[in-house]
Amino acid sequence: MAKEKLVMIGNGMAGVRAIEEIIKIDPNRYDITIFGKEPHPNYNRIQLSTVLQGDTTVEDIILNDWKWYEDNRIKLFTGEAIVEVDTKNKIVVSNNARQVSYDKLIFATGSSPFIVPVEGVDKQGITGFRDINDCETMIKYAEDHQNAVVIGGGLLGLEAAKGLKNLGMKVSVVHLMSHLMERQLDATAAEMLKQELQQQGINFLMEKQTVEILGDDHVTGLRFKDGSETEADLIVMAVGIVPNKELASNASIPVNRGIVVNDYMETEIEGIYAIGECAEHRGIAYGLVAPLYEQAKVLAKRMVGVETEPYEGSISGTQLKVAGIDLYSAGEIEGDGATKAIRVHNEFENVYKKVLIRDNKVVGSVLYGETAESTRLFRMLTQQEDVSQMTSLSILQPAGEAEESDVASMPDDELVCGCNGVTKGTIVEAIHAQNLTTVSEVGGCTNAGRSCGRCKPMISQILEHTLGDSFDGAAQKEAVCGCTTLSRDEVVAEIKEKGLTNIREVMNVLGWKNEEGCSKCRPALNYYLGMIYADYKDERESRLVNEKMHANIQKDGTYSVIPRMYGGVTSAEDLKKLADVATKYNVPLVKLTGGQRIGLYGIKKEDLTSIWEELDMPSGYAYGKTLRTVKTCVGQRFCRYGTQDSMGLGMELEKKFERLDTPHKFKMGVSACPRNCAESGIKDIGIVGIDGGWEIYVAGNGGTDLRAGDLLYTVKTKEEVIEVSSAFLQYYRETGNYLERTSKWVERLGLDHIKKVLEDKVACQGLIERLNKTLERYNEPWKEAIENDEIKDKYYSRYQADLVTN
Amino acid sequence: MKTVSKVGVAHYSALPIRSGIAIQIKNDAIALFKVTSGEVFALEDRSPHPKGGVLSEGLVSGKFVYCPVYDWKISLEDGQVQAPDQGQVKTYEVSVENDKVYITI
Repeated sequence: MAKEKLVMIGNGMAGVRAIEEIIKIDPNRYDITIFGKEPHPNYNRIQLSTVLQGDTTVEDIILNDWKWYEDNRIKLFTGEAIVEVDTKNKIVVSNNARQVSYDKLIFATGSSPFIVPVEGVDKQGITGFRDINDCETMIKYAEDHQNAVVIGGGLLGLEAAKGLKNLGMKVSVVHLMSHLMERQLDATAAEMLKQELQQQGINFLMEKQTVEILGDDHVTGLRFKDGSETEADLIVMAVGIVPNKELASNASIPVNRGIVVNDYMETEIEGIYAIGECAEHRGIAYGLVAPLYEQAKVLAKRMVGVETEPYEGSISGTQLKVAGIDLYSAGEIEGDGATKAIRVHNEFENVYKKVLIRDNKVVGSVLYGETAESTRLFRMLTQQEDVSQMTSLSILQPAGEAEESDVASMPDDELVCGCNGVTKGTIVEAIHAQNLTTVSEVGGCTNAGRSCGRCKPMISQILEHTLGDSFDGAAQKEAVCGCTTLSRDEVVAEIKEKGLTNIREVMNVLGWKNEEGCSKCRPALNYYLGMIYADYKDERESRLVNEKMHANIQKDGTYSVIPRMYGGVTSAEDLKKLADVATKYNVPLVKLTGGQRIGLYGIKKEDLTSIWEELDMPSGYAYGKTLRTVKTCVGQRFCRYGTQDSMGLGMELEKKFERLDTPHKFKMGVSACPRNCAESGIKDIGIVGIDGGWEIYVAGNGGTDLRAGDLLYTVKTKEEVIEVSSAFLQYYRETGNYLERTSKWVERLGLDHIKKVLEDKVACQGLIERLNKTLERYNEPWKEAIENDEIKDKYYSRYQADLVTN
Repeated sequence: MKTVSKVGVAHYSALPIRSGIAIQIKNDAIALFKVTSGEVFALEDRSPHPKGGVLSEGLVSGKFVYCPVYDWKISLEDGQVQAPDQGQVKTYEVSVENDKVYITI
């Protein structure tokens, strides 16, 4: 018997989730076709702001990749919109005039940004913030425009504003109301948020109503009702969304604000369903993901004929992160005469919490700055718990006496993943039933953590709690890249076990899906092989551009040249050489770098080798996953406070460890006294001189993952510093994941574990020996390029077209 | 009408494998790649990423090059940017005769 044909219009989160649920119950029930207007597979719209802010790429937010559609035999037409639905003949027609007939039809058409109906909205330079295309538009504008105005001070507007600010634009947010996010926050929390965002450089125009968009073809500004104006090169409309219902309405399917559905997501026409932001259920069109996923479950069960509870609407808590600030709100926000509020406003730590109580029951809450209690409060809200017997406040408790870790005491029906409606009980059950051991496996089975990802730490805790001793935090399996299913640890083990010696061999023997790998695994394998074999012959073609060229590529294709300046110490001769080269080659930028040295920027590729030759200084490796610099303070040689020779030690360390390949870049610092002018607290290894010894701090980070270093040991002599640093470095090399900084690595392994290894005399000696052996293999790369014509020709010359004449 | 011309640019045997080279033909910046199979491809030496950048320095895998600055995966055969990114790079016809590599522009 031929399968029934199911067509879905729309390829977004809610719709595809419903399809996933259908397949889960009955994979062979339908012959499925999906039309998506956008050219992408289903992606995580919630994470768009991270793409805009540059934290992730489009690839990272894909939820169902092309393979998923293939594997499930779903016909997917992307970049193709449905323009007509013929309910009589049961056919949909696309803008490419493709006709597909259906037995069952799902509308998952989503929503569009609401465009404020004022004069001038047809000008260029106006965008919404709903899809990848909008993101790209904004990124493009940010390149050569200055002023952005976001209309709408809700969640979406603020995320857009923050993203545009990060992209370097001057951003103003226009909001009609007197406080931001008025649907989620009360006035106090909104004011705190506003102040925080102002500090981050965003300007606010509150209680302003836009009446006209100014400009000829392209926007130049806005005019408000009060007569004031503001400049704008780009306007982002983020005042709200409207369900996409026209297609349904044209097909005579009843619509109101959205496409009207009953408690089973059925429209009034048999065989036609609607789900997600386009659907209106009991008068409400939901816009958050949690309710939509509830709808997906009901719809899926209905469509495969499994009995299901009706969908009766959702009360949802909104857990958000705006510009790095955790927010949560649920239920009532302002309260009335009958509500009593518990308010905690901790200005000291910038935390604000408000819980509204009526008749001994929680009816709403707003949390700002810290949201750890959100799941508990949400449970009290939905289950109408009597709170009269509970302790409501405790102030200035000694650290450590706060409430015990909640996973153990958490009831089974408590929600862990709000987006996907997954409870602790479901997760624990899945862990037991399917022997799950990692967060991503839990996500794969239960969907928990697959949307906004904020609950992942809690899932990890539940795993830890459920598995007890057998939980191995370090073994959280993650494949090296899409070319293999093997994790880093498995690949490294296989290389050792099978004695694989080069990248090609690894890929062949371990069954890589792409014969020559990709830009993720090639550099990683090159590193792992070099880590395992001290005499490994580096594969230059598997290094990314900077390491391949021994120079840092700039966005215009030119390079930077940053020579070593050991410990940040230079000389008149070196400075003269740098000046001469800068003059001779007309170097566009000469700058002191963050690592206490001098960089020449904007160098043409073909000038690199002659510049290196004229400088006659070693490469500073400012481009590599290796030791960058050892920053030092002046120390006891000149400074009246210095208790140790920081420059001397710093130079010695830099000379010893330079060129060594490490999982990620590695920074060191040596200060001569606890005033710590070399900022040793934020280095991968940071040394601080004290009277009669040195403190060794590790895993500090001053960059993306801001983290203060942990004190590893206090030692007496310089020799001990070098020994401890060597062993630590080598242990990091041997156990770190490629591209994992020490800050993450130490948290993953635990400082105590690392100490234990270093304190094992035999193990420690082995580490140091392997490190020293590895250090023997390196040559000075700039010198090599100058002296070796083959390298020079291959990497550093520009071919001219007249090389061969026709 | 645009005139088509064939320009000799390099010796085939001298081309490095899996490492692009940059070629300038008048106003055209071209990236030339010889892949492991021995085939040679020519693309415009500019990443289709809105922020630009060269392609000749990218990591080569099979018949693809990864944009060195933004890591987009681009087909050497037709210049098509691979999902989830999108775009297309101009490609040039390449021919090899008697160890000479010609590009048609």
